[in-house]
Amino acid sequence: MSAIATTAPAAVEKKKSRGAAWLSLLAWVIGILFVLPVVWMVLTSFHGESDAAQNPPAVFAPITLEGYREFFTGGASPWPPLLNSLTASIVSTALVLLLSIPAAYALSIKPVKKWTDTLFFFLSTKMLPVVAGLLPLYLFAQNAGLLDNIWLLIVFYTSMNLPIAVWMMRSFLSEVPVEMLEAAQMDGANLVKTMRSVIAPVVMPGIAATALICFIFSWNELLFARVLTATVAETAPVFLTSFVTSQGLFLAQLCAAAFVVSLPVLVAGFAAQDKLVQGLSLGSVK
Amino acid sequence: MTTVAEKTSAGTSAPPPGVIRKTSAWARRAPLLPALIFMIVVTQLPFVATLVISFMDWNAYYPDERGFAGLDNFIRVFSDVNMRDAVWTTILLTAGVVLISLLLGLGIALLLDRKFRGRGAVRTMMIAPFLVVPVAAALLWKHALYNPEYGLFNGALTWIWGIFGADPPQPDWISNMPLWSVIFALVWQWTPFMMLILLAGLQGRPLDVIEAARIDGANGWQIFRSMTLPHLRQYLELGALLGSIYIVQNFDAVFTITSGGLGTANLPYTIYTIFYNAHDYGRASAAAVIVVIGTIIIATFALRTVSSLFREEGR
Repeated sequence: MSAIATTAPAAVEKKKSRGAAWLSLLAWVIGILFVLPVVWMVLTSFHGESDAAQNPPAVFAPITLEGYREFFTGGASPWPPLLNSLTASIVSTALVLLLSIPAAYALSIKPVKKWTDTLFFFLSTKMLPVVAGLLPLYLFAQNAGLLDNIWLLIVFYTSMNLPIAVWMMRSFLSEVPVEMLEAAQMDGANLVKTMRSVIAPVVMPGIAATALICFIFSWNELLFARVLTATVAETAPVFLTSFVTSQGLFLAQLCAAAFVVSLPVLVAGFAAQDKLVQGLSLGSVK
Repeated sequence: MTTVAEKTSAGTSAPPPGVIRKTSAWARRAPLLPALIFMIVVTQLPFVATLVISFMDWNAYYPDERGFAGLDNFIRVFSDVNMRDAVWTTILLTAGVVLISLLLGLGIALLLDRKFRGRGAVRTMMIAPFLVVPVAAALLWKHALYNPEYGLFNGALTWIWGIFGADPPQPDWISNMPLWSVIFALVWQWTPFMMLILLAGLQGRPLDVIEAARIDGANGWQIFRSMTLPHLRQYLELGALLGSIYIVQNFDAVFTITSGGLGTANLPYTIYTIFYNAHDYGRASAAAVIVVIGTIIIATFALRTVSSLFREEGR
């Protein structure tokens, strides 16, 4: 009797651990399947053009930097578009933070009347299809001589990311404990000092998450950049689309280009995985 | 000076009474105004312009014929088969990508919500697709994976069939199933997004309650159905809503993988071609106005969902 009682749980335990091992294996297989296209992109970018176009795939073909050399020096230089993307993303992200932090303050710490309505106004602009604003912006730019000007993209990217940033920053600012604010006020701290010593330490990670998301979305944007820029203010995604049509045997070079353009986002995203989650959920997931 | 103590009651209750009211109300509004005015100017004014242009006869190819068109543009949009197809395509594309990536994301989040060797590594691998620039991802799928001659998919088929010495099938993926090609590429990019949100939700579960249920003899499926799923509901809704917002607007994948051909032109792509290729500004604007009205109707319901969701979160 007692023997059965002791062996039964052990058997269940063993069965459980075997099931767990299978589930872990499954997780690994799925993870590898999802990362495979990215690995394939990187691998192909280091192959020669004829090896890249093999069927079945030549996985162990010799490694070469030919694709990268072609991409950087072969045709039109990718540096101006890459720099344009960098400028547009960084400047618009800075503007977004500058506008969204005070706004979020007025929606959380010292809320205006009807702060929920305001908050939802911001989100609703995100739901409006961007194509609806494309034509008027294009016509305005044409008349104002702003076509192919990076500043126009910066303004548009700021408006594209501002709603997300307001939502995120509000969510982070409302985490500042009321007692700490009260204590600071009692001690006679002024607004600047309160900001620096009480609010900043709590929301700094939130600001980083917001900046990361805004940077990624600006860097990725294609539609407006394609319509509103030409040769001078062209961004990296636009450069990628135009670059395909003019090439013959091009797979390695294409993979090199795709990898180079994605690299800033890959690095930033991997470095700040947790911030990514916070940002993507508009700050509602901590 | 009113204190921060009212912070907790604000939002629902009235602002401080008395003379201070007016000045303090403006002092409160001041930090909000730059952002609000910026948003109104950049997002609302263009829409007013779109509305005006939608009633005009305006094609950039025929600049002399510009004038008032009444409802002509709207009638043309409504009687346009391409537009109706585009609406249908947009719905299929959005629903397909959101549902599949949400289900996959849920499954993977459940797998990753356990302790096992290399869990961090698997999570990192899973995130990678989301971090590839969308155009780059679309190009990668079109040329390096789907290509019938040297794409990885057909390459893998050659490999596997080669083991058995058989003749491998070499389908032309994009021509055979154009819409699914776009959907799969997008599912690959969006599953990590859903997985991340759901995983964060799973990790916020009250573990002691689940432990108690387990001790009371509830099995895994019972716990999942009656405890995990209700807890995840708001995260599922959040993922579906945010995913829809972005995928309804998708341009990159449709533009790159199929160039809108083979019945994959969604609304953003169709409006883009009316404007960019046909230069028919009046018709493009009318289409945009109709899309905006449709979006407002759907968004009203969606916003109601989010608002209940964020109210639960507190404050």
